Amino acid sequence: MNELWQLFWSFFRIGMFTLGGGYAMLPLIQHEVVEKRQWVDSKEFIELLALAQTAPGPMAVNAAVFVGYKRKSLAGSIVATLGMTLPSFMIILFIAMYLIGFRENRYVESFFKGIRPAVVALIAAPLYSLGKAMKISWFGIILAGSVAAAIAFADISPAIMVIVIAALGLCLGIIQKKRKAA
Amino acid sequence: MQIYFELFMSFFKIGLFGFGGGYAMLPLIRHEVAGAPHNWLSMVDFTDMVAISQITPGPVAINMATYVGYAVSGNIFGALLTTLGVCLPPLIIMLLLAKFYLKFRKNQYIEMAFKTLRPGILGLIAAAALSLMNAHNFIDKASLVIFAAVFVACLCRIHPIKLIILSGVAGLLLY
Repeated sequence: MNELWQLFWSFFRIGMFTLGGGYAMLPLIQHEVVEKRQWVDSKEFIELLALAQTAPGPMAVNAAVFVGYKRKSLAGSIVATLGMTLPSFMIILFIAMYLIGFRENRYVESFFKGIRPAVVALIAAPLYSLGKAMKISWFGIILAGSVAAAIAFADISPAIMVIVIAALGLCLGIIQKKRKAA
Repeated sequence: MQIYFELFMSFFKIGLFGFGGGYAMLPLIRHEVAGAPHNWLSMVDFTDMVAISQITPGPVAINMATYVGYAVSGNIFGALLTTLGVCLPPLIIMLLLAKFYLKFRKNQYIEMAFKTLRPGILGLIAAAALSLMNAHNFIDKASLVIFAAVFVACLCRIHPIKLIILSGVAGLLLY
């Protein structure tokens, strides 16, 4: 019981104090589960990252499920996920219930007019560093460009694109394997 | 009743196909919530929610789920359903992965799929940026200046929250 409570509380703090989500949450997760609680060692943490990126969904949720499962099996993963999501849930609910109406306010409206193009830049800018980090090939660039065009201009569902890309990777991999065998 | 089912299914789908996490999930979220057939949010609402997600804690997909669930259904139950919907697929899949992770770790077929999925995720992020480059978000030349400045500042690793607050202040001064 005690460790379940600790799992909940640790991931609640992670969910509460990490702004922005995604990779920004990694250092705090690492601090909490590796250094402070020693629930996983640093080698397992790297494996956790690889798995969290393999699975769909928010990375922080995946990390919570993995650590929770490792410590307290199914109950642990549910408790950790709950702790992780509860802060966002409560804060966004509060905004949706009481604050969103303020967007009509003249000053809030001007504030958001300034923010909107900035959000687009915040999404676009990491493309460069991500591409560099994964040492993207020309084939990768063309693939990424086609995916972006298919979704943004032809309005093809991103879910379908994900399936198509994965299938393409499988086909290419199997062809390569057969060639090597031949 | 129908609307609750649709809300749950949409966010279940987002959780199931949202590879890459974070920004890579945005085009999928946009496809489900801001556009045909659902039209739950306008493009401007969607952009504003991305901004709000940046300055509030937690993963953007969770924030988006809670917000859309509440805004569409008008009650907390709707928000609970969408948040549950987006968490359920990662929970199930990650449990399976955690359970069998030694087997999955070096599975050659998973590695094959990820060889194209990795650059594909960049395509997903680019799609999110492209579909938000519209006249609702870029209202004049000043918008372009804000975009360029934030783009460069972001490459120089200045924190996103600072950039959002600064561009909001710029908006206050400009408009």
